[in-house]
Amino acid sequence: MEDHDNLKATELTLGLPGTDAIEKPTTAAPNVNKRSKEEEEEEECCGFTGSSGRPAAKAQVVGWPPVRSYRMNSFRERKMEKKEEDTTGIYVKVSMDGAPYLRKVDLGVYNSYEDLTDALEAMFKGFSLGKRIIQRQAHDLHESEHAITYEDKDGDWMLVGDVPWEMFVSSCKRLRIMKGCEARGLTSSP
Amino acid sequence: MTYFPEEVVEHIFDFLSSHRDRNIVSTVCKAWYRVERLSRRIVFVGNCYAVRPGRVMARFPGMKCLSVKGKPHFADFNLVPHDWGGFALPWIEAAARGCPGLEELRLKRMVVSDESLELLARSFPNFKALVLVSCEGFTTDGLAAIATHCRGLRELDLQENEVEDHGRQWLSCFPDSCTSLESLNFACLKGEVNAGALERLVARCVNLRSLKLNRAISVESLARMLARTPHLVELGTGSFTVEHRAEAYQRLIHAFRKCKSLKSLSGFWDVAPRCLQSIYSICPNLTVLNLSYAPAIQGADLVKLIRHCFKLQKLWVLDCIRDKGLAVVASTCQELQELRVFPSDIYGTGTAAVTEEGLVAISSGCSKLNSLLYFCHQMTNAALITVAKNCPHFTRFRLCILDPGKPDPDTNQPLDEGFGAIVRSCKDLRRLSLSGLLTDKVFLYIGEYAARLEMLSIAFAGDSDKGMVYVLNGCKNLRKLEIRDSPFGDAALLENVGKYETMRSLWMSSCDVTLGGCKALAAKMPRLNVEVINDRDESDEMEENPSDMHKVEKMYVYRTLAGARNDAPEFVEIL
Repeated sequence: MEDHDNLKATELTLGLPGTDAIEKPTTAAPNVNKRSKEEEEEEECCGFTGSSGRPAAKAQVVGWPPVRSYRMNSFRERKMEKKEEDTTGIYVKVSMDGAPYLRKVDLGVYNSYEDLTDALEAMFKGFSLGKRIIQRQAHDLHESEHAITYEDKDGDWMLVGDVPWEMFVSSCKRLRIMKGCEARGLTSSP
Repeated sequence: MTYFPEEVVEHIFDFLSSHRDRNIVSTVCKAWYRVERLSRRIVFVGNCYAVRPGRVMARFPGMKCLSVKGKPHFADFNLVPHDWGGFALPWIEAAARGCPGLEELRLKRMVVSDESLELLARSFPNFKALVLVSCEGFTTDGLAAIATHCRGLRELDLQENEVEDHGRQWLSCFPDSCTSLESLNFACLKGEVNAGALERLVARCVNLRSLKLNRAISVESLARMLARTPHLVELGTGSFTVEHRAEAYQRLIHAFRKCKSLKSLSGFWDVAPRCLQSIYSICPNLTVLNLSYAPAIQGADLVKLIRHCFKLQKLWVLDCIRDKGLAVVASTCQELQELRVFPSDIYGTGTAAVTEEGLVAISSGCSKLNSLLYFCHQMTNAALITVAKNCPHFTRFRLCILDPGKPDPDTNQPLDEGFGAIVRSCKDLRRLSLSGLLTDKVFLYIGEYAARLEMLSIAFAGDSDKGMVYVLNGCKNLRKLEIRDSPFGDAALLENVGKYETMRSLWMSSCDVTLGGCKALAAKMPRLNVEVINDRDESDEMEENPSDMHKVEKMYVYRTLAGARNDAPEFVEIL
């Protein structure tokens, strides 16, 4: 069960593919005098050290490149904002009927219902007997053992797949993989 | 020359537009001095510590417009410690006492407190224009005071200031009776403003010609405002994020089509590239385009946009435009006079965004180019020589190769010949910034050929004292010299001490100048302030009496009539 989601492969790093550790940059610039402590902390916080020493050393020289601090601060803030956007996930609990414990998934990582379904299937593989655990389309309901449902902002339990993906991501509060027979009660009668 | 009545002399002086000319005529004789000083309306003080505020007010009682600059230029890059000085309050206090008719105040690189803004707001009944560039120390409370009390305010222009947001609805403080605004720029403010109040303000100020919004202003709001200001000449957009199918976007396109006078565009911090189509209709009229704060516009979108802007005279972009994009600029913007290419990926390793190729392309297409600021990853002598040949009209040439001390990558040679070609060809060059690997030779060229040079910025360059001496002895019109991380020491500093009284200032940091050298300079030249600025964390460890052999970290020398200033912090020693 270790890393079966292969999360390490999707992890965002700054090194070139193949490098695992981020090296400490060397001071390459001539005549560089001692930096102030705050500068050092800021660099660590930004975390932008390249895998090769030379280019990263640029960032260590105080006041270089000669760009007005207002501009530097604006772009640094933007980088932080983007970083935050990437790292704060949209984690929701996933329960599966019959499973002894719940899981959590980051909806932000997926781009479509198919991605999500594949991931959930992989996550709960051990708990089901059937080959096709989860329905792909609403009409597959009678074929599969389980159905994915979600609780929306209003507290209602909805069948996954009816609304556009983005809308789903923004309104989903938790997921529940329901037993097929129960789920059939949710779909509108033909 | 007493044959002419004073009114005639005064009228003749009216034709002198430059400060320098007026300064010169005032030295001719007592009569001219008197006429000149009583009739001077616009006063420019390049260094706030060169003269006491009271003296300026006493000399020019009829002053209407005052410009003051504070911190040295390298303060922009965090090389000057935070509380070094440059306070605006003494100037505002003196003006309140001596020149209550003041109408315009322009401050650059100064510390402006809310207290001083409040004093400003209450002291000048005819106050019309406030321009703050790269200043700090104030909050939105200070702006609220300006908005509340300055009846008849025409211009409020805040450029790249660090303003603390106190959440106060400063913009709502403009009274309903305020209809005089012609120019409003609050792009650098981070906080929200009351959009409704802004829209009403814009609607009732019928003479509004320049409006630069901050990122908090939505597209919906922008569209509504544009609909009420069809005569707008300059626009800085707020947030430009909008669904391109949304109604607001359609209204925006419609509003832009009506703005036939729009000549200058900036902003676009957060823009969905698809939405750029909305401005294609105004692009052919643009003379100024500032996309240097638009990191979301890259590559193809950027190029597509520029292809519409064939009347452009001033272009500021990020280096994600790449050499290919610059080639498009070269073929499209034949009228281009000023180009600035800023680095977008300051902290990352990044791929080479622009190189010498882009610059050469620009030079061959834009023959009218006279002002350049170019951040690039590399430069060659050959390219600089070509650029010098193609563009002999440079007045400002600032080149920054991001890797300090980098040689010509093709030949591995220093860039002496390249810059030499620039100074030889551009006879009107007033401002020059050097970078890359450079020896004393480049300074020999500069001293010999850069006759009109007024400001020179040097970093990580030169081999010996000779370099600096070439410049000090050669450049007759030098006013500002700033040097960092270069091997110039006491011998160079003391070679031509008289020179510094002909200049506004000299800055040297991380060079080889010693405390003894600074003391010697101060002793020889009593009308210079020689400031030794110590790094804050070092001054605790420093011994009581550092030896004269001790190298000085930062030195700032400037001519002054005011003597040593009394507002210097602990870490600044004035010799």
